[in-house]
Amino acid sequence: MSYLARRLLTFPLVMLGVSILVFVAIRLVPGDAITAMLGTEAGLLTPAQRAALSAYFGIDKPILVQYWSWLLGVLQGDLGISVIHGKPALTIILERFPLTLQLALMSMCVALLVGLPAGVFAATRNEKMSDLAVRIFAMIGQSTPNFVVGLLIIYALSAGFGILPAMGEFTPFFTDPLRNLGQMILPAITLGFAFAASVTRISRSAMLDVLSDDYVRTARSKGVPKRSVIWRHALPNALIPVVTLSGVEFGYLLGGAVLVEQIYALPGLGRLVLEAILQRDYALVQGCVLFIAFNFMVVNLLVDLAYVTLDPRIRLGEGN
Amino acid sequence: MSMLRAIFSHSSGRIGGTIVVIYVIVALLGMSGITPHNPLQQFRIDRLHAPNAAYWMGTDLFGRDVASRLMNGIGQSFLVAFCSVALATLAGTVLGLTAAWFGKAWDGLVMRIMDVLLAFPAILLALLIIAVVGPGTWTSVAAIAIVYTPIFTRVVRGPALSIKAREFVDAARTFGSSRRYILTRHLLLNLVAPLTVQVTLALAWSLLTEAGLSFLGLGTQPPASSLGLMLADSRNLMENAPWLLIFPAVAIMISILGFNLLGDALRDILDPKTRRSAP
Repeated sequence: MSYLARRLLTFPLVMLGVSILVFVAIRLVPGDAITAMLGTEAGLLTPAQRAALSAYFGIDKPILVQYWSWLLGVLQGDLGISVIHGKPALTIILERFPLTLQLALMSMCVALLVGLPAGVFAATRNEKMSDLAVRIFAMIGQSTPNFVVGLLIIYALSAGFGILPAMGEFTPFFTDPLRNLGQMILPAITLGFAFAASVTRISRSAMLDVLSDDYVRTARSKGVPKRSVIWRHALPNALIPVVTLSGVEFGYLLGGAVLVEQIYALPGLGRLVLEAILQRDYALVQGCVLFIAFNFMVVNLLVDLAYVTLDPRIRLGEGN
Repeated sequence: MSMLRAIFSHSSGRIGGTIVVIYVIVALLGMSGITPHNPLQQFRIDRLHAPNAAYWMGTDLFGRDVASRLMNGIGQSFLVAFCSVALATLAGTVLGLTAAWFGKAWDGLVMRIMDVLLAFPAILLALLIIAVVGPGTWTSVAAIAIVYTPIFTRVVRGPALSIKAREFVDAARTFGSSRRYILTRHLLLNLVAPLTVQVTLALAWSLLTEAGLSFLGLGTQPPASSLGLMLADSRNLMENAPWLLIFPAVAIMISILGFNLLGDALRDILDPKTRRSAP
């Protein structure tokens, strides 16, 4: 069976496993849904009230029945009701998702705009001082947690220029694009920083591999200008690992950048998960985790598809 | 010995190795209480004091010595990182080895569970575990260990499968070597190289995650110190007391950099094939 067919077949199975894990994890939390919602007041309930609430939440039934009805709900888009917000979890998640998506796209742009030219530049100056400088910078970039980058940017701005990032009420892109971009650019740079470092390192090593290939040597020896060899002949083939890396990173970013959203006070998906955890809103935690894991898996599947499409030499199923 | 020599004759291995050794010493000093001051003692008159001869890295809002808290925090972060990576290595090695050795249903079960764990972005899985168990130092150890176990399982299972099919394993079986002997002597010893590289890179990642979790208030709890917690405390004071931000920030960066450099060097040394194509 080809790799892709197997990948497509296992997708629903892994998703089912994810749903079981999330369901069981939340059931392992000490106390039940009633205590989670009412806190200490749950102790004041009469047995009859408690039984009525159990029936209402469906937690008086066996765990398998609970899972089954929960799963049926999930398949119909019912991720449960958030206790804190008093709204369906999916509605809240979809309200927060556009911001996370925009942030992910913007940081990917930052990463590719910085990382790709830097990687190509370093590869063409292999082992020279400029190559070394790019590599050191990339290594430092990869070793700096993004929330540290964020804090340092905020500090540099406030100490050096006396300005603070616009943190107030968040403006959606379609309400006021300029104001929105003003709020999003620093978080995007923060998130794009380590991402750019990875892109630099991977595009540099991929370029180095391609530049030593025979067809590049042929192009050079027949007198194709250096610039054309690098950008037209070599780069397209060096892009494959960059596409894979960017795809996987994008998948991570769609899960919400918990720390960066927290630092810049952005109401994205990552911050929603964190708030839900801190406020013990388990239906929302469950919904968010499931939603993010689903996105992450879909993006990874698409990356695999892109991988096979981009490089016809790759026949992932062979030899398995 | 030859391994040490190889690391120190490799340019990034030399830098990474030195950084790691210095940090381990600082961490041990910090954990055993050999610090300039008591990290918990509050010098009330000297609150938010800039760095000077008495307080090398200044003091925080409560008048506690930042240098001492930093040493203690490095100890705390390293404790979490080492414990979680040790647990993940142990669990991943056992699962990966047995999956490769017994194959069939056990292999299928183990690897499907690992697929499920890998279907979560790492930080999200850690957050989910903390949501269930509650925040704390040992919860972060468990969370980071669980997140990293599937990676170790995969790193072990692949090479273990190919080694299992080699002639010397058949020969050992024919000679009547016990299963335990073959698993530990023949399989495990041949897996030391890929595992070493993975352990080093995992340490870098777990330092990063520990800092993130404690920054969010979900890891080490105050008044104990940890690098992430110190950064979280610096947020509202950074304009007036930048030392509260700069020192922990640089400390985290350099520690992760050290493990990354060491990991890269080890990958070059232990697997010459990847020397050039390593990202």
